[in-house]
Amino acid sequence: MKRQRQNKLFDRDLMNEAIMQSFVKLNPRIMLRNPVMFTVEVGTAYMLGVCIWILMGEASQGSFAYNFTIFIILLLTVLFANFAEALAEARGKAQANSLRKTREETPAKMVIDNGQLKTVKSSLLKKGDVFYCETGDTIPMDGEIIEGIATIDESAITGESAPVIRESGGDKSSVTGGTKVLSDKIKVQVTTAAGESFLDKMIALVEGASRQKTPNEIALTILLAGFTLIFIIICITLAPFSDFAQTPIPISSYIALFVCLIPTTIGGLLSAIGIAGMDRALRANVIAKSGKAVETAGDIDTLLLDKTGTITIGNRKATNFYPADGINEKDFLRSTVLSSMSDETPEGKSIIELAGINPNSYKLENPTFIKFTAETRSSGVDFENTRIRKGAVDAIKSLCEKAGNSFPKETAEKVKTISTNGGTPLVVSDNDKVLGVIELQDIIKPGILERFQRLRKMGVKTVMVTGDNPLTAKYIAEKAGVDDFIAEAKPEDKMAYIRNEQQSGKLVAMMGDGTNDAPALAQADVGVAMNSGTQAAKEAGNMVDLDNDPTKLIEIVEIGKQLLMTRGTLTTFSIANDVAKYFAIVPALFIATIPALRALNIMQLHSPQSAILSAVIFNAIIIPLLIPLALKGVAYKPIGASALLRRNLLYYGLGGIIIPFIGIKLIDLLVTLFI
Amino acid sequence: MNTEILGVILIYIAAVVLAIPLGKYIAKVFAGEKSWLDPILSPLEKFFFRFSGIDASKEMSWKQSLAALLTINVIWFLISMAVLMNMSWLPLNPDGNPSMSADLAFNTTVSFVSNTNLQHYSGESGVSYFGQLLLMLFQFISAGTGIAICGVVFIAMKERTADMLGNFYNLLVKSCTRILLPLSIVLATILIFRGTPMTFNGKDTMISMQGDTMQVSTGPAAAMVAIKQLGTNGGGYFGANSAVPLENPDYLTNILENISIILIPIALVFALGFFLNRKKLSWMVFGVMTAGFILLVIPTIHYEMGGNPAIEKMGITQPLGSMEGKEVRFGPAASALWEITTTVTSNGSVNSMHDSSMPLSGMNAMLGMMVNAFYGGVGVGFLNFYIFIIIAVFISGLMVGRTPEFLGKKIEAREMKIAMIVFLLHPLLVLTGTAIASHLTAHDTPMGWWFSGNASGWLNNPGYHGFSEMLYEYTSSSANNGSGFEGLGDANPFWNITCGIVMLLARFLPIIGPVAIAGLLAAKKYIPESAGTLKADTATFGLMVFAVIAVLVGLSFFPALALGPIAEHFTLFK
Repeated sequence: MKRQRQNKLFDRDLMNEAIMQSFVKLNPRIMLRNPVMFTVEVGTAYMLGVCIWILMGEASQGSFAYNFTIFIILLLTVLFANFAEALAEARGKAQANSLRKTREETPAKMVIDNGQLKTVKSSLLKKGDVFYCETGDTIPMDGEIIEGIATIDESAITGESAPVIRESGGDKSSVTGGTKVLSDKIKVQVTTAAGESFLDKMIALVEGASRQKTPNEIALTILLAGFTLIFIIICITLAPFSDFAQTPIPISSYIALFVCLIPTTIGGLLSAIGIAGMDRALRANVIAKSGKAVETAGDIDTLLLDKTGTITIGNRKATNFYPADGINEKDFLRSTVLSSMSDETPEGKSIIELAGINPNSYKLENPTFIKFTAETRSSGVDFENTRIRKGAVDAIKSLCEKAGNSFPKETAEKVKTISTNGGTPLVVSDNDKVLGVIELQDIIKPGILERFQRLRKMGVKTVMVTGDNPLTAKYIAEKAGVDDFIAEAKPEDKMAYIRNEQQSGKLVAMMGDGTNDAPALAQADVGVAMNSGTQAAKEAGNMVDLDNDPTKLIEIVEIGKQLLMTRGTLTTFSIANDVAKYFAIVPALFIATIPALRALNIMQLHSPQSAILSAVIFNAIIIPLLIPLALKGVAYKPIGASALLRRNLLYYGLGGIIIPFIGIKLIDLLVTLFI
Repeated sequence: MNTEILGVILIYIAAVVLAIPLGKYIAKVFAGEKSWLDPILSPLEKFFFRFSGIDASKEMSWKQSLAALLTINVIWFLISMAVLMNMSWLPLNPDGNPSMSADLAFNTTVSFVSNTNLQHYSGESGVSYFGQLLLMLFQFISAGTGIAICGVVFIAMKERTADMLGNFYNLLVKSCTRILLPLSIVLATILIFRGTPMTFNGKDTMISMQGDTMQVSTGPAAAMVAIKQLGTNGGGYFGANSAVPLENPDYLTNILENISIILIPIALVFALGFFLNRKKLSWMVFGVMTAGFILLVIPTIHYEMGGNPAIEKMGITQPLGSMEGKEVRFGPAASALWEITTTVTSNGSVNSMHDSSMPLSGMNAMLGMMVNAFYGGVGVGFLNFYIFIIIAVFISGLMVGRTPEFLGKKIEAREMKIAMIVFLLHPLLVLTGTAIASHLTAHDTPMGWWFSGNASGWLNNPGYHGFSEMLYEYTSSSANNGSGFEGLGDANPFWNITCGIVMLLARFLPIIGPVAIAGLLAAKKYIPESAGTLKADTATFGLMVFAVIAVLVGLSFFPALALGPIAEHFTLFK
């Protein structure tokens, strides 16, 4: 069961909050952060002055009603822009609050000096304190397990109902405050103080409290500021031009012209787009430490993916048994089943499953089960005078050869065939004599091939990271359609690969959970740590995936691309709109004294006043109309850069030229009814 | 087909056909490769380097190159001021022409150093031969400067990651000796044979058909005419520029001079492709420039061949089209082609009077200068185009979902800032200049020292056409074009000084900006292309660049154009 997500774009509570904020944001000091909208606010204030001037008896500026209408529309333009930003922020906040709810006050059983337990409020826990949790307890604070093992329900945070196992030592030792212990007991050392936990910090970021403009946003703001400046120049120089043409232009027309021409559409929606990008990541259950990380994700060239869990389903499964020459199949099956009796790994279970024999049907006298160790690289069982072993090829081979038995040729060949087919061979021996081979195969996730094709079209290179030998790795890499692989990968190999790619100028993303992944996560341009991972891994990465889903990287890349595309397309749209606005306003300014310019009134607008009003109204209402697009993002289609550009140029460029012609004409028809 | 139109098409095709091999040759010069001219030119270049103590093999950073460029320009400026203000007693002055006033010398110096060649004087009576030779020298070095700095940008675009971008002095000298000089010698020789004077003797005397005795100005004109066309200078030897038979004797020289106007600007576009080994990229650039050029030239030819409705109303037939201000030996089509080629390239020489063109032709000429990157001036035209590329890359890069990059280099806030400043400069100078002049004219302000009489006195025409005259003058100055709409009383301190300032700013900032961007990008890490990267050498991207140019320039100048040529057009064609 997934945590309930807010999918409604205009929730009533959010709307109320956003409307209130739109007025608060009128404060010029806040507006100054957005130079484009700030100039609109200045223009609005100026219009207010003009309205007052008219009330005091000035006659040269047209009717009060007309000027006041312009003032109201300009004010609405600013408010609409503020509303877009406020709505995006409110949605982010709502999302963050739902995360925070999981982190309310819980009693903690703190371990004090003499080993006794003392119940304290979780907020009193300090970094370094140790607390104790058992079945049914809610974990009060983020920490590392220092003793014990437990199954934990993390659904409060991840929405995933299947419990996870956490134990001391190793990569799965971190627990998150707000999750629940389902069985067993653990001692946990607090790693962060209250309100300063990793998630707390990240939630604060998401809420926008400490949001900083990203480098690309800054560059775009410069572009927009440039466009604003050019229209300032145009409007100021227009005054002497109209003097020369002996055409007095009222102040309201100057301001209307200016506001219509500067890129208010993108200027008003820019910060909303940025916030919405982080928000979309959050909706995918990924917390990004900064907006820059999301932006960078759109640029990723190389994606490092762990084989297990990302490309293949969990673990390998036994698919075939091959007894050695002269060995009875039944005996071989019996030995394989016995060797896997105590093998709790998914591989072991899959062997018994494939054999279809209940291991308890064999009666053994005092069996001694031999656990798998890294040195012997085999496991098995000893009973009576029998020693059954199951293990890696070379481990069993050396075992047999030490005892003076030769490794059968046909088995060796079988082993090779299995390897080249991407399988993993496990050899079974009885008293150091080879009985046969078990073939384990990776099951590639359905649909993964298509996803990789999609990535390739985006220009992203996929790299599979696996502990398998190169032969197996190559087979799976080909079958899954990844571009490259790192076989027999050690953490250093990942690091080296990332460095190598970065040296040739590429941006690399990877996902990891272990402490030994931390350096690579830090090195990668986008490092996504799993929430189940260690604290070190989470600190090193720049995003945390709450779902612990390795395929999430693919989504993150698309979110990044969407963010950039939304900015680009709305900028194009905003600038393209100016063409129609010119054809509405310029004839309106001069038609009275230069009748010849009537020819430029190609929209056949009713009167100069209705033309200017229509353009300003269109300019204002396009902002709220585009809020859904800004928040949801422009759809990304992996069809290659040029095709994508053509498509977006057609929709937002050509569309941006045509739509305002239609829109302004329609508004003019409406406005004419009231004039 | 109409032979006039056929002639126009042939001129253009011949220019492109010649420009491709020339582009290949220029790329070789930039790369420092050997050529068959080495035995003649190497000793000459070595002499220059030894004489000025320059180590031509020493690599320079983009900042050093710019510093070198600005320093030598300051020195040229001082030399020129000194000569022009003292011509009357300096040698080579057989006609006894006077020295220039300070403001006219300032305007003329800036004009020639900045490759503008706006002339507020008449060559016959305003300059001595010594002055003409000096100005001719500037026609070489200002064009050479443009080509050389364009070479620096090419080198910056080629390098994967580099701080050092060739040697500016080396590029400058070789641009003059290996590109401009040989071509000029060829063109000047042909012009001499067709009748253009080349002498140091004073005025000639001839007797006209009516029997009157006439004094005809001569001088070393052929040499100057050649470089004025090839180096997109445009500064004529005589006041009437290439409309006068002494500069442009017949239809053949008209063809050759017109080809020369666009030859090097187009060749530099192809040089880009040869030099970077990205031929598709230069076809993209060429395609965009040509599309813009054709969109300007076709309506201009149409309106000029169509004739003037005001004359038609008087009951006068116009079988040749609109012939006011045109030479009969060229006709309206060839004059229209020249009008557009000379304005898109920042050349500025004229073979007809633009003041007499139909209103929309005048607008197209202004649009050519407002864009100033459809081929553009030698070297600097590409630099202007580069700014539009950067802006287009930024917007379209975002549209494909990546932070923008051009030729494997990320475009970030700093580059955007420079690009926007350079882009803003041109409309700022044009509109502000025109605004000041309009304001003064509208209020008929007494001008004192600046202009004898009241401000409106400098306009020969009232209304829309008068406005166009002022707009054209500043556009021409800011585009470093140098052609005049004429009909404007511009030989006075007000126009000399304001246009001088505009030319100065509009020459050097648009050089500094693109070089800085290219230099900054060159130093950045190279990012290899992937399927998700926006490729700059596609038709789609070309369309984007064209759209950016059209929309940005259109938006910047539409109100001004509406009050000038557009209003005039709709009044004339009711």
